[in-house]
Amino acid sequence: MSTEHQTETPMVEIRNVHKRFGDLEVLKGINLTVNRGKIISIIGPSGSGKSTLLRSVNQLEVIDQGEILLDGIQVNRPDKKGLAFERHINHIRQNMGMVFQHFNLFPHLSTIDNVTLAPRKLKGMDKNVARELGMELLDRVGLAEKAEVFPNWLSGGQKQRVAIARALAMQPKVMLFDEATSALDPELVEEVNRVMRGLAEEHMTMLIVTHEMGFARDVSDWAMFMDGGVVVEEGTPDKLFSDPDQERTRNFLSKHLGDHH
Amino acid sequence: MDFNLMVEVTPLLIKAAWVTIDISARGLLFGFFVACGLVFLQSFRFAPIRWFARGYISVVRGTPYFVQLLLVFYGGPSIGLKLDPFTCGVVVGAFNIGAYMSEAIRGSIESVDKGQAEAARSLGFGKVHTMVSVVLPQAAALMIRSVGVLAIVLVKNSSLVSIISVVELTYQAQRLIGSTYKPLEIFTLSALMYIVIVYAVMGIIELAYRRATRYTTQ
Repeated sequence: MSTEHQTETPMVEIRNVHKRFGDLEVLKGINLTVNRGKIISIIGPSGSGKSTLLRSVNQLEVIDQGEILLDGIQVNRPDKKGLAFERHINHIRQNMGMVFQHFNLFPHLSTIDNVTLAPRKLKGMDKNVARELGMELLDRVGLAEKAEVFPNWLSGGQKQRVAIARALAMQPKVMLFDEATSALDPELVEEVNRVMRGLAEEHMTMLIVTHEMGFARDVSDWAMFMDGGVVVEEGTPDKLFSDPDQERTRNFLSKHLGDHH
Repeated sequence: MDFNLMVEVTPLLIKAAWVTIDISARGLLFGFFVACGLVFLQSFRFAPIRWFARGYISVVRGTPYFVQLLLVFYGGPSIGLKLDPFTCGVVVGAFNIGAYMSEAIRGSIESVDKGQAEAARSLGFGKVHTMVSVVLPQAAALMIRSVGVLAIVLVKNSSLVSIISVVELTYQAQRLIGSTYKPLEIFTLSALMYIVIVYAVMGIIELAYRRATRYTTQ
């Protein structure tokens, strides 16, 4: 990476974010700053609000209160309605890659077309240039030889690696991982983790929601434990995973640290 | 059975069968446009437009095709809607099958996994673009079979347009029976022709379905 690589300027800022589903408040005032090139893991029991928080960052969940900024630009814009908001958010989302638990690859498109669809259609990238980029990305996730194959012929781990390549094709400023390995057979988790580690080495800014405690501890610069829509505790991974201050964090970890996949 | 007679009337029935195919094919084509229009109207945020589409679908589904046909053909002229029998058959067929087809199309769009649209949106695709590039190609494969069933219904329903004297298969059969007094032979022949048409349609649907879902069954 270049030397002017700045690590102390915020890439993603989450300020006092609230989200309600009907009567249920799932996010109760969350704050988090993700600096450029940093990796933040969010852990917590299901229903803690961690996935909702991640989905709020690119407004797949529209928040009710608070602010989210990407590289200094406000993502949520309660002042913009309808088409104006559409145009704004579509533009913002091009700078954020998202990886889903269930991959969500486009089954009707070959692997390479999955990767190149967005740059071709959204950036108007030339077909051959897009293909070159796509092949480069597939090679990076170790799947160049599967370029012409449809997703249904791939294993879960391979699908998720293609999904990562698809997200990277837009050259995002930040990558959001929503339990990227939770739906995988245990023996397939490592190949996806390896790709994510590779991104970490290249100083990609990443926000990772995960159940993989060991991985989170290894790879993150900062870790956050959520429960009941609040941040219970956050800190360096060493501190959070070995010596948490809060009883709730300890209870959660004692249930989950044992079962490394 | 009078086989000589059957051989003799076969060319006349085949000619009439083409009219059955013609009226059904046009009904299906225009019905598809009607269906797309109804799906589109139901996506409006302005409720009265959605109610209109729902109401239309309910009326069509709640009344017999035969009555719809008679209403438009005999009732139409008193409000200035005068159609020749063939056109009337196509139009009523299209507006009838379109109502059912809109439900099939809507169902297939809704059964595309929500994660597909989310993935497209997360990449920065807008709503329309997501629909065109990601959802519809998948929905198209899902709707082929249900649209195929409706195409078969349309072929069989077309026998009813004989009542407004379109010279299709059933009308021709009745006319030949009028001059030969051989209903068993002639209706058997026309039934066989319906079977040929219906199974040809089923074959086409199956091929189209396999082609459209190659990506899951290769």
